[in-house]
Amino acid sequence: MNSNYELPLEDAGYSFGFLDEYAKKEVRRCILKAIAIPGYQTPYASREMPMGRGFGTGGLQITLSLIGVQDTLKVIDQGSDDSVNAVNLRQFVQLTCPGVDVTEKTEEASLLQSRHRIPEKPLTEAQILILQVPYPDALVVVEASEARRKIMHAEADYSRLLVKLYEDIVHFDEITISHRYPTRINGHYVIDPSPIPRWDVPKLHQSKALVLLGAGREKKIYAVPPYTLAEPLVFDDIAFRVEDFRDATGVRHACRCCGSTVSFLDEFSNDQGMVAYQCSDSAYCEEQQQTGSAA
Amino acid sequence: MSRKILEVRGLSRIHGKGCPLCTQHTGPEFDTNICPFCGSVVAAHDINFDLYRGEILGIIGESGSGKSSTVKMLYFDDAPTSGQAIFFDGAEQHDLFSLNAAQQRSMRNKRFGMVYQNPHLGLNFQISAGGNIAERLLMSDLKHYAEIRRRAGELLSRTEVSLARMDQNPKTFSGGMQQRVQIAKALATRPPLLFLDEVTTGLDLSVQAAILDLILEIQNELDTAMIVVTHDLGVIRLLAGRTLVMKHGRVIESGLTDQILEDPQHAYTQRLVASAL
Repeated sequence: MNSNYELPLEDAGYSFGFLDEYAKKEVRRCILKAIAIPGYQTPYASREMPMGRGFGTGGLQITLSLIGVQDTLKVIDQGSDDSVNAVNLRQFVQLTCPGVDVTEKTEEASLLQSRHRIPEKPLTEAQILILQVPYPDALVVVEASEARRKIMHAEADYSRLLVKLYEDIVHFDEITISHRYPTRINGHYVIDPSPIPRWDVPKLHQSKALVLLGAGREKKIYAVPPYTLAEPLVFDDIAFRVEDFRDATGVRHACRCCGSTVSFLDEFSNDQGMVAYQCSDSAYCEEQQQTGSAA
Repeated sequence: MSRKILEVRGLSRIHGKGCPLCTQHTGPEFDTNICPFCGSVVAAHDINFDLYRGEILGIIGESGSGKSSTVKMLYFDDAPTSGQAIFFDGAEQHDLFSLNAAQQRSMRNKRFGMVYQNPHLGLNFQISAGGNIAERLLMSDLKHYAEIRRRAGELLSRTEVSLARMDQNPKTFSGGMQQRVQIAKALATRPPLLFLDEVTTGLDLSVQAAILDLILEIQNELDTAMIVVTHDLGVIRLLAGRTLVMKHGRVIESGLTDQILEDPQHAYTQRLVASAL
């Protein structure tokens, strides 16, 4: 985007946050309903945004409905603040919400919009995490009919999802779901927690921050309210496991930049075919490096 | 405690808008189940019977006689136009058609079993044979993987499906084996009531005999009550203690199977028995 370009707010007639006040109010009303029924997919009138469906319009509409001039926004894409999706969404919010601060530091943000990751740093009660969701319904992999899925959700009938896990264990000796791990919220509804890795699923459990999930294309908003049960779907005798990043000898890989052995790592191959690991959360990694160099 | 498990009274199903003359101008004496005035189909009318624990009741009749419709209504695949069915589940009694949709689904998943003629209706061909049984067990809230494997293995060996094939997809199985997996799936929750809808149709004679033996063994072992729908007198003779003969949506004759086969009273039953013998 041309950095000199400024949206002529007066001429364009956009209200603060691009969406008109009625639209924002409607989204906020849906958010309240989603919080009141943890995990329930609340339908809402997803607006046309000046970007394609699937580029985070669901998360963006939630962000724009909640944001005020006193807020500080952090936008993350796959853990990074600098990737194309994050940069564009951040710029869009800056353009349409004059006066809003943006940050790359997790602890400074009051609103965090994220695609595919939850920050490594624990969130606080003062923060709201907004996750962009491509497919909101965890049952879509086992049932094509939405009408039937609604009944299954209402009756908390997730046996067919468990059959999928059963088949995984039978054929591969372990559950092979790497992301979008079905997670039961407050003992009833099972959600698709957006494509966050398994590593991030335990962070939803009893989270201090409110977690809102928005699917713009599918027109659904759902929530994991603060201090709510979020349990990954498992069998009684097979525990849920997160990625362990161990090599063949059982040693855990460390981040090549900050040396962290307690964060979620991305795997890279260089031109020589050597595999290296690096923190997925770039802000966390940078902070670790600064703390390391300061020490 | 009474051994009665099911009491069906006045069960009727009319497809179409229906009119006051539908039931008066259809039936065996009119040789049709289509109402001449409104064109509605009287699939079943005024079906009454009792079923007792461990008993096998046969329903026999030609195609379109209403035998499968009766079972479909009891298994909640179809809703009756009128009538009542009381299910006696231990100390509890359930008026089946007064239950709400969720209660009906729960009843169907946990207390009833169904084996269809077409294995595609009863089995999920996207998953393994063991997975099919696991689905029923998971529906009844068993969430222990090792226990599910043990129970699925037990059921498959009981229905003579090799354990080596437990993790294979049933679409690679023969018709008889698919039917045995279906029976294992239907029995997974140890239901007190099992419906069998033309289970041996389309199978060769030796496989038919094996399936019928299996059904009898299961009845003896588990004391399961069964309703067997068939158009095959041989199946009725081998399995059912009592039989209902249906034609054009009506029960035209009922009684002990031996009695019906040896001394049929209704002209249609007489023809049926004579043609078979």
